[in-house]
Amino acid sequence: MNSVLKLILDGEALDTAQIGKILGLGAEAVDRELTSLRQQGVLLGMRPVLNPAFESEHRVRAVIEIKIRTEGVGGFDGIAERISSFEQVESCYLMSGGYDLLVVVTADNLYKVAGFVHERLARIDGVQGTSTHFFLRAYKKDGFVVNSEASRRDQPSVSP
Amino acid sequence: MDSSSRFVARHVASLPKSGIRDFFAIVSKMKDAVSLGIGEPDFVTPYHIREAAISSLEKGRTSYTDNRGTQQFREEVSRYVAKHYGPEYDPETEILATIGVSEALDILLRATLNPGDKVLYHEPCYVSYAPSVALCHAEAIPIRTVSADQFALDPAALRAAWQPGCKLLVLNFPTNPTGGTADRAKLEAIAKFAIEKDLLVASDEIYSELTFEGDHVSIASLPGMRERTVFLHGFSKAFAMTGFRIGYACGPAAVIDGMLKVHQYGIMCAPIMSQEAAVEALRNGWDSMRHMRDKYRERRDFIVRRFNELGLSCHLPRGAFYAFPDITSTGMDSMTFAQKLLEQQKVAMVPGTAFGAAGAGFCRASFSTSYEKIHEAGERIARFLDTIRKG
Repeated sequence: MNSVLKLILDGEALDTAQIGKILGLGAEAVDRELTSLRQQGVLLGMRPVLNPAFESEHRVRAVIEIKIRTEGVGGFDGIAERISSFEQVESCYLMSGGYDLLVVVTADNLYKVAGFVHERLARIDGVQGTSTHFFLRAYKKDGFVVNSEASRRDQPSVSP
Repeated sequence: MDSSSRFVARHVASLPKSGIRDFFAIVSKMKDAVSLGIGEPDFVTPYHIREAAISSLEKGRTSYTDNRGTQQFREEVSRYVAKHYGPEYDPETEILATIGVSEALDILLRATLNPGDKVLYHEPCYVSYAPSVALCHAEAIPIRTVSADQFALDPAALRAAWQPGCKLLVLNFPTNPTGGTADRAKLEAIAKFAIEKDLLVASDEIYSELTFEGDHVSIASLPGMRERTVFLHGFSKAFAMTGFRIGYACGPAAVIDGMLKVHQYGIMCAPIMSQEAAVEALRNGWDSMRHMRDKYRERRDFIVRRFNELGLSCHLPRGAFYAFPDITSTGMDSMTFAQKLLEQQKVAMVPGTAFGAAGAGFCRASFSTSYEKIHEAGERIARFLDTIRKG
């Protein structure tokens, strides 16, 4: 794997100058590498991972399971791409199993999610049914454990 | 001093305090310190291994075990050692589960040394070797290893250090704090000498899985050595299991029997849940270990390059997770360098002298920490060096 990418995926908070120093490259070389990764569509973007407890107070997040009828509507891709284009949609996946698409949405409140489901999703030709589940509490997000106590606080800072 | 000091035995009172303790006291009170002083993995024990300990507790397996360790533990150790190191040990008579290598070495010394016996060991080395020998009323004889030789033990230096009364040779490759390793040719020469002088060899191979270049060779696997070597190993470093306190000794039955006596009166047995976690590590831990080893190697390359860029000459450690840069270009001794660096830039490195006189002029920097911290430490050390070079 690309060494810059590998370092970013490790999840440490490093800026391009730090990455450059670690890999023995200049910061500009790292920037060039990141631009190239973006252009190739390998790296879609980078954004901070926020503890959900510190998101806007009333922000709600839901996962919606969607069943789809594909005849006459251009298959899964067309519908999935249409759904993905809504700004409320954080992620959208085609799934195996009892439903077809799994969509994660965020909105300011429960009613807005409800509105999104019946006014937007349900009206899309090909959507046969939805099942919405609200997130109640996050314990781990994007690889980060939320609210973990400093798990190694008893570790001596100097040891033999 | 407290008047109760009169009760403390002379040989204990005369032991020097570990240089690391004082340092720890300062660093632990300091906010924003970046510590390169941690002598343990920064990884949490892989989950499947923790799960084995949890499962052991859930099943209510909370009893003592056989003094030697559970049958299952010894059988797995036997298989693992044969597969990765070569020698085959009988689980019934030649393997003993211990509280880490620390206990294994301690009981080996107590089981084999008579007062006045002499023990050869290479320096710089882990902090407990010389004190543990002194606690047995025996004499520790250091053999200096040097940076130019990548801190491998020079067989000629071993021969020069030998004197009548030497009974035991303690080896530790890869070495804490230098990352020194010993290749087959060197080990063969050392083995030949051990046979010639009828030495028992204690080989502490706790860092052996964390060998970055070349294959690790155990001296126990060389011809004529199995019967005079006690192979000491554990789980702390390779499997990030320091808190489990679990290790083992493999060796000829009579020596293991002697160790068993000391162990059964002093310790009874290693904790059962740690033994069960260790079995899981032996069976399925190799991939997790390799993942951690790869991370250490990447960080090693960075920290060593950084020290050299900063003008602190640093050899490439071939194993373990410590860099051992030479700080003599600063004109300071190890302790002064470490203290000033800590005071001025809040970076903790352990002075080389904590690992014996041969560590003078060096400091130990653990790279078992995040890139972010290593990077930050590098920046701070650069500022520190700027100040003293201008000053």
